[in-house]
Amino acid sequence: MKDHPAVITLDANEATAFVAYRVNEVCAIYPITPSSPMAEFCDEWANKGITNIWGNIPEVIEMQHEGGAAGAVHGALQAGSMTTTFTASQGLMLMLPNFYKIAGELTPTVIHVAARSLAAQALSIFGDHSDVMAARTTGMALLASASVQEAHDLAIIAQAATLESRIPFIHFFDGFRTSHEVNKITLMDEETIRTMIDDALVHAHRQRALNPEHPFIRGTAQNPDVYFQGRETVNRYYDDTPAIVQKAMDTYATLSGRQYDLFTYTGAPDADRVVIIMGSGGETATETAKELIRQGEPVGVIQVRLYRPFSKTHLLQALPASTRAIAVLDRTKEPGAGGEPLYLDVLGAISEAVMEGKMRVLPRIIGGRYGLSSKEFTPAMVKTIFDELGQANPKNHFTIGIHDDVTHTSLEVDPAFSLDESKWTQALFYGLGADGTVGANKNSIKIIGENTDLYAQGYFVYDSKKSGARTVSHLRFGTAPIRAPYLIRTADFIGCHQFSFLENVEMIHQLKPGGTLLINAPFDMDDTWKHIPGEVQEALLAKKARVFLIDANAVARDTGMGNRINTIMQTCFFAISGVLPREEAIDHIKKAIEKTYFKKGPSVIRKNFEAVDQTLENLFELTLPTGSTNQRQVGTILPVGAPAFVREVTVRMLAGHGDDLPVSMLPVDGTYPSGTTKWEKRNVADLIPVWDDELCIQCGNCSFVCPHSVIRSKYYHNDHLVGAPEGFKSAQINARGYPETRFTLDVYLEDCTGCNLCVEACPVTDPENRDRRAINLEEKAPLLESGRVHLQFFEQIPLNDRTRVNYDTVHGVQFLEPLFEFSGACAGCGETPYIKVLTQLFGDRLVVANATGCSSIYGGNLPTTPWSVNKDGRGPAWSNSLFEDNAEFGLGMRVSADKLRDTARQLVSQLQEDIGVHLSHDLLEADQRNEVEIALQRARVADLQERLISIQDPRARSLASLADHLVDRSVWLVGGDGWAYDIGSSGLDHVLASGRNVNVLVLDTEVYSNTGGQMSKATPTAATAKFAAGGKKVGKKDLALQAISYGNVYVAQVAMGANPQQTLLAFREAEAYDGPSLILAYSHCIAHGIDMTKGLTQQELAVKSGYWPLLRYHPDLRKAGHRPFVLDAPRPTIQLKDYAYNELRYKILTRTQPAEAERLMSLAQEIADLRWRTYEEMAGYDASSFAPMG
Amino acid sequence: MDLRTTYMGLELSSPIVVSACPLSENLENILHMEDAGAGAVVLFSLFEEQIRREDALMDSVLESTTNIHPEASGYFPDFDDYHVGSEAYLDLIRQAKARVDIPIIGSLNGISNEGWIDYARQMEQAGADGIEMNIFFIPADVGISTKDVESRYLDIVRIVRKTVSIPVAVKLNPYFSTMGTMAADLRDAGADALVLFNRFYQPDIDIERLRLVSDLQYSVANEIRLPLLWIAILHGRVPVSLAATTGVQTADEVVKYLLAGADVAMTASSLYKHGIDYLDQMNKDLALWMERHQFATIDAFKGVMSQKNIADPTAYERANYIKILEGQK
Repeated sequence: MKDHPAVITLDANEATAFVAYRVNEVCAIYPITPSSPMAEFCDEWANKGITNIWGNIPEVIEMQHEGGAAGAVHGALQAGSMTTTFTASQGLMLMLPNFYKIAGELTPTVIHVAARSLAAQALSIFGDHSDVMAARTTGMALLASASVQEAHDLAIIAQAATLESRIPFIHFFDGFRTSHEVNKITLMDEETIRTMIDDALVHAHRQRALNPEHPFIRGTAQNPDVYFQGRETVNRYYDDTPAIVQKAMDTYATLSGRQYDLFTYTGAPDADRVVIIMGSGGETATETAKELIRQGEPVGVIQVRLYRPFSKTHLLQALPASTRAIAVLDRTKEPGAGGEPLYLDVLGAISEAVMEGKMRVLPRIIGGRYGLSSKEFTPAMVKTIFDELGQANPKNHFTIGIHDDVTHTSLEVDPAFSLDESKWTQALFYGLGADGTVGANKNSIKIIGENTDLYAQGYFVYDSKKSGARTVSHLRFGTAPIRAPYLIRTADFIGCHQFSFLENVEMIHQLKPGGTLLINAPFDMDDTWKHIPGEVQEALLAKKARVFLIDANAVARDTGMGNRINTIMQTCFFAISGVLPREEAIDHIKKAIEKTYFKKGPSVIRKNFEAVDQTLENLFELTLPTGSTNQRQVGTILPVGAPAFVREVTVRMLAGHGDDLPVSMLPVDGTYPSGTTKWEKRNVADLIPVWDDELCIQCGNCSFVCPHSVIRSKYYHNDHLVGAPEGFKSAQINARGYPETRFTLDVYLEDCTGCNLCVEACPVTDPENRDRRAINLEEKAPLLESGRVHLQFFEQIPLNDRTRVNYDTVHGVQFLEPLFEFSGACAGCGETPYIKVLTQLFGDRLVVANATGCSSIYGGNLPTTPWSVNKDGRGPAWSNSLFEDNAEFGLGMRVSADKLRDTARQLVSQLQEDIGVHLSHDLLEADQRNEVEIALQRARVADLQERLISIQDPRARSLASLADHLVDRSVWLVGGDGWAYDIGSSGLDHVLASGRNVNVLVLDTEVYSNTGGQMSKATPTAATAKFAAGGKKVGKKDLALQAISYGNVYVAQVAMGANPQQTLLAFREAEAYDGPSLILAYSHCIAHGIDMTKGLTQQELAVKSGYWPLLRYHPDLRKAGHRPFVLDAPRPTIQLKDYAYNELRYKILTRTQPAEAERLMSLAQEIADLRWRTYEEMAGYDASSFAPMG
Repeated sequence: MDLRTTYMGLELSSPIVVSACPLSENLENILHMEDAGAGAVVLFSLFEEQIRREDALMDSVLESTTNIHPEASGYFPDFDDYHVGSEAYLDLIRQAKARVDIPIIGSLNGISNEGWIDYARQMEQAGADGIEMNIFFIPADVGISTKDVESRYLDIVRIVRKTVSIPVAVKLNPYFSTMGTMAADLRDAGADALVLFNRFYQPDIDIERLRLVSDLQYSVANEIRLPLLWIAILHGRVPVSLAATTGVQTADEVVKYLLAGADVAMTASSLYKHGIDYLDQMNKDLALWMERHQFATIDAFKGVMSQKNIADPTAYERANYIKILEGQK
């Protein structure tokens, strides 16, 4: 053991990757939450030239999906490299086939997993053991870590054990709770790693590898004669593994001083009740057991580390002989099973022991589920379980942490119980994602954890929105290691970084009596108290809280920090929390500033120092009055007119009370109502667009590009203005011959994110003020009340009749109701305008298969969904299956719709005498090419349903259930480039080749946006991305040309910011074409590193530079003998770099590797030129130059 | 033929110098320029404003994309080795100085006193042989006085002069009302050389879209007249090195400038048109001209056509203008 081990604060992803990187030669990677950072670290370290313990830089290669990563791992292992990968959840599922192979061939490797829920009734990115439990049958060993330190330590233990045992390992820890918890750990040094890894075993691995110098074959096909025996050959390896793992643990203990066991028992030697548990919950259970023992209760906890191979012997050794009752806790659910896996394993082991006479008495063994999808698991829950074990007839197959009022599995928890928290300083920080609160807190943890003897822990909770997201940082500091993997419920210190959060009284309830509240208040001292809601005032007075105020935004402004308040709020925390002596803390902050901004020069450092000093001068303690002075209570979400489900369920989730919802209130099959974002009114923007009715030319551009569908237009008869509230704006319609028709453009100001795209899209400039457009951003606060009233009036003006709107123009489309509204996507998102237009055009007959990714998150992450319905209750029918299968999923929808439509048509034919020949004929023969025809068909279907009621033939019932299918459905497959270019590419290719009438919309951001900007095959040459830190070397895949090569696929490449009219045309042509269609839509993204208010300008520049040529290939033109390939953009007028270098993703490389940046930019220009030339030539080809259609 | 000349105290092998332009962003190009016979290279301009803007963009992008969502702690690769501020520029100076023998002159465009001081010092420390101050200031405020404009220039020169000990040149615009006095004042403020003239941003207007159009137009040979005039006037009158920098397309313009009294002639657009190798051609053509006119050294003919040295000094004054007009009648 070293005298002075390095201590460091980091999360388990980094702690694990630190080890994995050093003991491997190949990493085959693919991003998936919450494991992505492990792969990202390895890629970064490789780029920086950091070497493994053998002195070489591991080869890090990104694959197209986890199945590909597993295949590459398998191959690299067979070829003799030390190889690893990192994954979670669905990614692990894609790896399962290879795991059987890798294990079957006794191949040493360690796969590191941040364990996460599997998508069932819904996807969840959060942590539980559903994924690793699904891998328990593969033959992989399963080793569980419970904390950041353990993840670091067991990573090397697993590596040592796999080499000796030849059994491949899955080393896992709890997603988010452990993978993302920042904690202070002791870092192992290189010597320890070297000692743990026996090079002779590495050489033996290489010796077993494929080698043409002494060839053999592996991976044979076997027949009934030998397969079974072959399967049994491995038994002794599994038998030996537990002892090998324990040996590695013991060796590691001598090196590190930290002893681990396969099953670690902590508790009373004479315990009568024992909890058996795996993962981070074990820490909670263990700490709770210690407290209960102090209170005199004979209890204990067995922490399971090696789950597979399951060593019954070691389990029995760990279990006290006095045990009378055992609760086995599984962080997974296996519907329909006799019990969850760990429970059954323990039950089997102990039953066998009793049967074999190794134990005299069979204890009572019960199993329970806890913590699914990172559901909190607290000391109070552990105590409840121990209490239950003390009952004469404890509940088996229980759940804990939820209220199951349907099958009554849940145990009732006394929330009052908690462990002694006085040994820690507990702090909560409420901030916005964009205000830097989380980053500052991570920095604070580093300052304290790495510069003092204190231990520190940080865990960060985000809501599911990408714009205006709220973050809550949970920080603990103490003198001993912090083993508390659960959220802070009561805090010594609360930082309220946005004044509006005081509307949430729950936050104040979390403050301990006598605790400290720091408020970022935009008012002076006297005024601040007046603005705090009465309930919050009362709570503060009752708690005798100390309240400190700072106008952080003013300090930031005055010191040239712009809107960055993070350093200021961090300084306040250190100044008043008492975690460190004030002077020492400030000194540390300044040192951190110097370190962070060293390269930016002395002026930036000076500016930050000034902010710190100014903070201290502007931080004041508020003297609390004796009583509450504000009658106003906290705001509540009570959406008037919302459906019952929204009022009873959604609203509770929105208020942060989703944990309290009982099982009975949730849908049984994951089905949720559409159109619920409209009840949120998130009010995330301070600036909102204001329409200038005099300047406006009513072109519709602003409404077309609005990512959040907050800009709406209507035309209407003068008469509708009767009763209009004061200030309601209305303009004469910009069309001749309609003197009595008015036009109004209104803004859903409470749903707006203030992204500025509308202003950017406005073609009008005020001749008297060149900075003004016909729509301009203005302060929302003074406009809020009148804006609400205006909107209410606007809403009661009838929607425009879809059959009377000109779909051909952007101007016309503004009058179509969007059925995708107010999503939580990033402010200024480049994707959502396309989706919105899709719903405006075809929303009431739209079926959407949505690949996992950004669009499925802002589209379908609870509590609400932006997919909406019209006044008739019709709207997009939306579903998400997986990331990898979206094309096939959508094709299935098409095939099904076609099949059921055909069946319905068949029944109409069969029943035509009863239905009426005329109606039957029209139902079967009428065209449905436009809105008028579709409206007529809907009327016929309604008529049909009426008539079917009185028809006795049983086939009439069948037809009634299918009649909806007589209205054509528009099936769209929507997803990002990660799906279309990578993980789903083979499926997409197959679907396009099917010839079926599906429409594919690829929202191309050119990286995996949802998981943090990793490279995809859509990433352009010369751009950097995660996994391409040195710049993408090869060209972007030309998906358009691939699709065009089939001949019968409609293909369009669009960029709304460059040519909205062409976008509109492409959507309409794609939908109208009776065959597969593919639209590639340029989607600017925060991952591009741009000023998001300039997203549309970048789109325009992308087209102008020739990088993103607008094009359409129409198979019907090919069929008619016309030129089918049309270029909709003029020749390039600017160089690629004039577009690209406005974006950080390109610019980075010019700073990190200037010569390489220049080389790649020149290559990228060459590629862009070549692509343009190719397209230009194709535009001149006649029909016969393209593949004929069958 | 001896093409050597002295410019702001630096010994150059040729009076043809590459002026500040994007060609020098690339080290290989700089090596090529030396091989082709450049007397010195003025590096492309380091724009304080651009650095600040880029840093601000990086800051705001990183701030607004870091730790905002549980699935993405950030959207970009690690930035540890990201060259912020002037680092890349300074690296280029260091690399160029390690690889070439000709002088490397940094070109700086500042917007704040802090910027001028910090970046000038950094360039000197990186090994630059001199600094060309690209003072890009359009007095668009119509209320600003002549004195204020002139003071601004002089203050900057004094600040930089105080900061560094290497030679400094000032790239001037032609719009001073008393160019001679201004040149002398700049010399007194510490300028070792004057570069005549800076071609300011001159926007065009797109009459269809009602937008300003800014594009780079290369200088043409007949644009040399204005700098030629002032070089001829200043030569020998103000004790300062003179560089000419507009319209140098061939050796002919080089000769003209030298005859007027320039120590060096700077070119960029000719290299864009003909490639870097064209420097060699220009040197050869210059040597041929000298041979034809029997000048063995640059000094032998430098300034012989300056106002001070010609027989009819008024040829450079208004009287000359009148004569020309009358000649056109």
